[in-house]
Amino acid sequence: MPAAATATSRRTTEPAGPLLRVDALQVRFGSQEVLRDISIDLEAGQTLVVLGESGCGKTVLLKTMIGLIRPTSGDVRFDGTSLASLNDRALAHLRTRYGFVFQGAALFDSFTIFDNIAFPLREHTRIPEAEVRSIVESLVDEVGLPRSVLPKKPVQLSGGMRKRAGLARALSLDPQLMLYDEPTTGLDPIMSDVINELILRVRNRPHVTSVVVTHDMHTARKVADRVIMLYPLFRLRPDEPQIVFDGTADELDRSTDPRIRQFVEGRAGARLMELREEQARANGGTTIDDGPAAIDPPVDDSDYGNEDDA
Amino acid sequence: MASNDTPTNASSSTGGVAGWFIDQVANLGQFAIAWVIGVGDVAVFALQTIGWIFARRQRRDVLLPNFYQIGVMSLPVVALTGLFIGMVLAVQSYAQFKALGLETRLGSVINLSLVRELGPVLAATMLAGRIGSAMAAELGTMRVTEQIDALESMGANPIYYLVVPRFLGCLVLIPSLTVMADFMGVLGGYFYSHVLLGIDYHHYWANSREYVDVFDFLMGIFKSLSFGAAIALVSCHHGFHCEPGAEGVGRAATNAFVHSFVMILVLDLFLGIWLNNVHDFFRPEGPRKLL
Repeated sequence: MPAAATATSRRTTEPAGPLLRVDALQVRFGSQEVLRDISIDLEAGQTLVVLGESGCGKTVLLKTMIGLIRPTSGDVRFDGTSLASLNDRALAHLRTRYGFVFQGAALFDSFTIFDNIAFPLREHTRIPEAEVRSIVESLVDEVGLPRSVLPKKPVQLSGGMRKRAGLARALSLDPQLMLYDEPTTGLDPIMSDVINELILRVRNRPHVTSVVVTHDMHTARKVADRVIMLYPLFRLRPDEPQIVFDGTADELDRSTDPRIRQFVEGRAGARLMELREEQARANGGTTIDDGPAAIDPPVDDSDYGNEDDA
Repeated sequence: MASNDTPTNASSSTGGVAGWFIDQVANLGQFAIAWVIGVGDVAVFALQTIGWIFARRQRRDVLLPNFYQIGVMSLPVVALTGLFIGMVLAVQSYAQFKALGLETRLGSVINLSLVRELGPVLAATMLAGRIGSAMAAELGTMRVTEQIDALESMGANPIYYLVVPRFLGCLVLIPSLTVMADFMGVLGGYFYSHVLLGIDYHHYWANSREYVDVFDFLMGIFKSLSFGAAIALVSCHHGFHCEPGAEGVGRAATNAFVHSFVMILVLDLFLGIWLNNVHDFFRPEGPRKLL
């Protein structure tokens, strides 16, 4: 397994508390509040799946965990160190203990796949070039890519291959915390399952902790030790918590909270009525009839907050 | 409605000319605050860039492709620009000078205009369009596709990797390209004046040598150095702060050119005034008269 010497030595001590602590986090962009009072303790070795519909702040939460977005208030602590207390240099150093898999892979267009995967090794270690090559080759083997992709540019690869190359790059410094942003979005079901398998493999590496942001229930059921579900703030009352579920994937499936059931079963429900009302308003009050067979009956949202799951 | 609580709407509700006037003052204030924030943002960006030049040596494999793109790929267009400026200057000046019987002085006015003003300004304008827009679009695309976030997430500094090589490329190569524009302009002016207008080459060059000195040439180079820095910083800043989507990238590229061009004009004016004072300090007798 490729591992820089520095990475191996720092694993000798286990963190006393949770590896990652998110404490009373609030994020606002101008007047728009995206995250409110989010608190999560993530133990080392755990795989946390963050679920939620588009626009609920999942990616913002993930980027706040690595310090790419500064919280408006609250704190993020990695291995006991507050990210807010670090200067740019110390934060950059701390980030070498993270691996981040971006939604679109975010490979550097002007680099080859080899240079992309080798980038963190060249940036943060003094490993000889021959060893860098051997580490990169073992990483592409690990994510199931043929070595023939190494001299190619990212644009020459399919979406699934780019995702796997992004995963290989994120693994190159042998991180303690892996962050995945929508790892299966835009992939066919077979490739999605391949990515899920790879997340499981990474989870089985010693001491790797993972946070997976997704809206794919299949991914959640397959890889999660723990699932939390975020709800968009504009659909919540000011006194309601934004994390509407915190438990295991099985508990999520058994939940009777209508907000969770709607997401798990993938029903538009009341949202379709909202859409119709908005279209009607746009058309000057004319109601649009899509036909009764096309939609599920709207979910009764009246008993929000009555579930113990939240 | 919460929006009714805003001062602007409150003043509008008072109605009449006074309300309209208060609204305009408020808008002006908002514009001024946004402008000051924008200038401060670019200044911090510039300081960070300069800091990273000295903090860590650039890697050759990062630096050279940028130099190639900025320098080598711009040579033909800059040479062509210079050539035509020189010829156009000859076309426009000839009739006036001939009326006074001073057509042999054409070389001095063409070459002086070229090395002091038109060479640096028009080369920089051309490069702002070619390089500035490309840099803003490239960095904007990297921002939109999260490549800049990826750099940061791997503990690498995006200013060091993306801005410093482009800044150094512009700083070193835009003055070099200006020398090329000057040279081609001098050549174009001479070609048109001697070959097409039949002006005696001996007097053409003798007058050029008499009225154009090293200071004039260095003045143009110093200006182009400033233009290079401005183009790089303005364009990279626009790319870094690109709005999402294709529209955002397009707007970043357009704004990079427009703001770079404005910076070139403003810098040209103030540097022109300052460098004339420097010239007068070293040569109190003032500039030599052309006529």
